[in-house]
Amino acid sequence: MKRNVPLAICLGFGIVMMVQFFVPHPISVGFYDLTTKWVRIVSAFALVLGVGSFLMYHTEKLRRRRTGWLYSIVALVAAAVSTVVGLAWGVKQTSPLQNYIFTPLLVPLNASMFAILAFYMASAAYRAFRARTKESALLLIAAFIVMLGMVPLGAAIWHRLPDLAEWILSVPNMAAKRAITFGVALGGIATALKVILGIERGWLGGGKQ
Amino acid sequence: MIPFLILLLAAGPAAPPATDTAAPPPVQRLAAPAGVKAFDTPNDQGKSITLRWSAGDALAQAWLVERTGPEGPKVISTNAAGDIGYLDEDVKDRILYAYRIAAVAGADTVWSGPTPAVSSSPQVFNTARMNILIAMVVFFMLVVYYIETAKKGKNLFVRRIAGLDAVEEAVGRATEMGKPIIYVPGLGSVADLATIASLNILGEVAKKVAQYDSALLVPNRDPIVYTVAREMVKESYAKAGRPDAFKQDSVFFVTDQQFAFAAAVDGLMVREKPATNFFLGMFWAESLILAETGAQTGAIQIAGTDQVFQLPFFITACDYTLIGEELYAASAYLSREPLLLGSLKAQDYGKLLILVVVVVGSVLLLLSKVPAFSVFSHIAGFFNIN
Repeated sequence: MKRNVPLAICLGFGIVMMVQFFVPHPISVGFYDLTTKWVRIVSAFALVLGVGSFLMYHTEKLRRRRTGWLYSIVALVAAAVSTVVGLAWGVKQTSPLQNYIFTPLLVPLNASMFAILAFYMASAAYRAFRARTKESALLLIAAFIVMLGMVPLGAAIWHRLPDLAEWILSVPNMAAKRAITFGVALGGIATALKVILGIERGWLGGGKQ
Repeated sequence: MIPFLILLLAAGPAAPPATDTAAPPPVQRLAAPAGVKAFDTPNDQGKSITLRWSAGDALAQAWLVERTGPEGPKVISTNAAGDIGYLDEDVKDRILYAYRIAAVAGADTVWSGPTPAVSSSPQVFNTARMNILIAMVVFFMLVVYYIETAKKGKNLFVRRIAGLDAVEEAVGRATEMGKPIIYVPGLGSVADLATIASLNILGEVAKKVAQYDSALLVPNRDPIVYTVAREMVKESYAKAGRPDAFKQDSVFFVTDQQFAFAAAVDGLMVREKPATNFFLGMFWAESLILAETGAQTGAIQIAGTDQVFQLPFFITACDYTLIGEELYAASAYLSREPLLLGSLKAQDYGKLLILVVVVVGSVLLLLSKVPAFSVFSHIAGFFNIN
């Protein structure tokens, strides 16, 4: 019973949503919009579980003085301050949460993390472009042509180099990407079908009973 | 008299007198738009009428669209010269409307005749998606056939996937080193198929972790994924006969902020120095930040995603990468359950079918360039996805 009810709901909604994809009637579109709202409501309730897990994880870490417990203090204080400020003054564009926490703290911190990507790309490229095998040598040559073709220096060396770079991106590269996309699409449909038919039950917690 | 004659001769012969037979310069008149058609927009949810007309008159500088309905005639749009269509989405279903189009050039306006009255209505089947329906039915039949074949006990061959073969070794390594395993089920929601596939793999990995008595850490970005992941890991420990070994705080929610999550997982990797990292599911720009940090800590890394743009980063920074559909195949591959293997086989034949369609379609489209085979050009339209 514990598993049969969710499986029945999954089967029913899976079939209905599949049919919905082919039916443009307002009733069908309205039903789709309604279920999307349900997902948002369920997510909002699940956030409570998430916050509970967050508090439990960090208080436990703090209590047991595990490695990096000082960071847990930062996490808990930040969560508490954000919650209090948000509840007291709201989350509007002009609220203290936006003016003192979101815009001057969170946005630059996020941007800094994103900026680190440039350095990681350089180190990853160094590792990838070492010509140790035939495949990596091919990758190195292709990357060299594409990179050179994308900057004015490439065109100055040979005026057809940008065209060659474009060809590498739009023909062999695109062919490989499309092949992966076909595989992903079929894999996705098969997985969806397995979930709908109850063959794949991992999402229920792995049990079969 | 003589100078007068000289002047007369110098002037040359007299010009012929103007006659009435010379053709007047042509006067171009603005023509009314031709071929005006109004019809219910196909495959929609109603409340929409589509208009099309011909841009035969090169003089027209703009077009006026007039609608006559229960409220009387009303100009509803002014289109630029090249814009020879209009989608009227301000109509009510089952009410009759007639339309006129005017060509405008300077102060001149010439109206077409009114179209026959037309009404809009919602459709119950999107015929433009017929191709998807056919492909889906064929693929479903393949899946059902191979699942039935697997049920009968027929041995189905599945090619080796190095990344999945390495799972056992990676878990064993963590046990030997006495270090934890970090499993990131991606940053997607539970509605993403890649996340569902990742959660299925998590179940198998957690079972092996429980058998080997290693430590597992599962940081999550989505609260629902966290809830499901916790249940899956708990269940896997129970299945492995080690329910007591499951730690509540081994599966935890971090934050739903993308880069804050990446920073937290990076910190976890640097502090815990895990023996193995799994990055399986949906990843975006943070993929390389996670994988590169993991590589620097010396962990064995197994990654997999269906995000084509993130695959190169994982291939570069990880030891094994599940590419595209291999992620979906993983749970079947690891569990070796016949029913799951059957669907895997159907996927392979589905790909073969797509390959055949691509080759045949390409040949027919090439042939369509020969005038005698121009009929094949219609085939391309069938493969358009709407």
